[in-house]
Amino acid sequence: MKELIKINDVHKKFDHLEVLKGVSFDVYKNDVVCLIGASGSGKSTLLRCINLLEIPDSGEIIVDGQNILHTKDINNYRAKVGMVFQQFNLFNNMSVLKNCMIAQQKVLKRNASEAQEKALYFLKKVGMENFIHANVTTLSGGQKQRVAIARALCMDPEILLFDEPTSALDPEMVGEVLDVMKNLALEGLTMVIVTHEMSFAKEVSNKVVFMANGIIEEQGNPTQIFENPQSEKTKSFLSRFNR
Amino acid sequence: MEFITNCIDILTQYWPSFFLGIKTTLLIALSGTIIGLALGLLVGGIRAIKLDKSASSSIKIIKKIYDTIAWIYIEIFRGTPMMVQAVFLYYALRPIFNWTYIPAGIFVISVNTGAYMAEIVRSGIQSIDIGQTEAARSLGMSNMQTMMNVILPQAIKNAFPSIGNEFIVNIKDSSVLMIISITELMFQAKSIAGSTYKFTETYFITACVYLCMTLTTSLILNMIEKKMNHTKTTLPQSDTFAQTMNLAKEQPNNERAY
Repeated sequence: MKELIKINDVHKKFDHLEVLKGVSFDVYKNDVVCLIGASGSGKSTLLRCINLLEIPDSGEIIVDGQNILHTKDINNYRAKVGMVFQQFNLFNNMSVLKNCMIAQQKVLKRNASEAQEKALYFLKKVGMENFIHANVTTLSGGQKQRVAIARALCMDPEILLFDEPTSALDPEMVGEVLDVMKNLALEGLTMVIVTHEMSFAKEVSNKVVFMANGIIEEQGNPTQIFENPQSEKTKSFLSRFNR
Repeated sequence: MEFITNCIDILTQYWPSFFLGIKTTLLIALSGTIIGLALGLLVGGIRAIKLDKSASSSIKIIKKIYDTIAWIYIEIFRGTPMMVQAVFLYYALRPIFNWTYIPAGIFVISVNTGAYMAEIVRSGIQSIDIGQTEAARSLGMSNMQTMMNVILPQAIKNAFPSIGNEFIVNIKDSSVLMIISITELMFQAKSIAGSTYKFTETYFITACVYLCMTLTTSLILNMIEKKMNHTKTTLPQSDTFAQTMNLAKEQPNNERAY
């Protein structure tokens, strides 16, 4: 099977702080990859590099045989790589429905009825069909994040990136977002998820990448990482979650 | 007592002049604010765009030149008195435009307001959370699409009080345009005072008229602002999805690991 995204020796520096010190891993179709690790280990930066919100200093990110760091058409590429943010980042000046339609119309040039149909389909899927005309500022965190997921899905992405999607949520809302993500995983959507929800990672992912200090310390299937970690750093990190 | 009768006398005799002055003042202030806002959106909007690191070097150079020119424009017009700008521009540009007083006045007040508006727009744009931009860009929207559809509508809404304030400032500050013989309220007041020799009374009336105009404007602006912030929300009866999820959570096999 051919990899969907091949990340090869990616480096990223912010001023003098080297956040990524040569990271390589592959994402295959239908993969659910969870990136775990302590704060500041470079997980989010790596994720942001994948859709070029941060431009890596060196290394390559190969999609469909092409190094996207040299692509001219960043916008076209980004449309295929969805992103869900920790802070939801819904467009505050639009209704729920419009949030899901705007990029379809502007980027994919779909007409309004086509875009609306798509938006309604995915809003229904995340259980937000009753809120389509609501102002996004009136929604709860969990509802916002579900809309954000629907918004990303409307672009028919080949891969969806999640940057700590539940970290900004009140505890009672974490479940509803994780359940949406579980369903997507079951349907075979390719996902890369930065998360601190270890039980979720264990249950849903088929590959876990543990990062520490800007490098990948250990990667493998969830059983391997959670039941039988090899590296000392992985062990000590995970022990904090198993109290 | 004599003061009040004098005032009434002046008003009954000269109200058409006051009325004419009010008309001109409002015309100049309103058109100056609107044109100035358009100018400010253009200057401040482009100034606030941050180019991608991947943008070509020629675009970067053009942007740099544009930023410098915009900076010079803003600093000059904010750093010199409008009265000076008015006389200078009126005489300096007269050979080119061959203009009469009113267009010259509107021009001066517009470019002056534009400089302030550019900064208002820029700070309005910068007040929008970077996440809004990142979300739009992550969906594949271009810099321009992001600005027009996501950032500017929110920035203008946030900056609306400051934009309205510029209008009020313009109502008052258009009085300096009498220096180039624009027959706005202050000009009328001066000629009335000159012909009646009742300076205190005339300028007292003038002050009251200005106050009426600014207070009314401020009232209207407040109403518009309230209307803009009024979120049209139709909250549905229930969030069935969350309810189902909450039910599911009550089942024992769904605990999380920490």
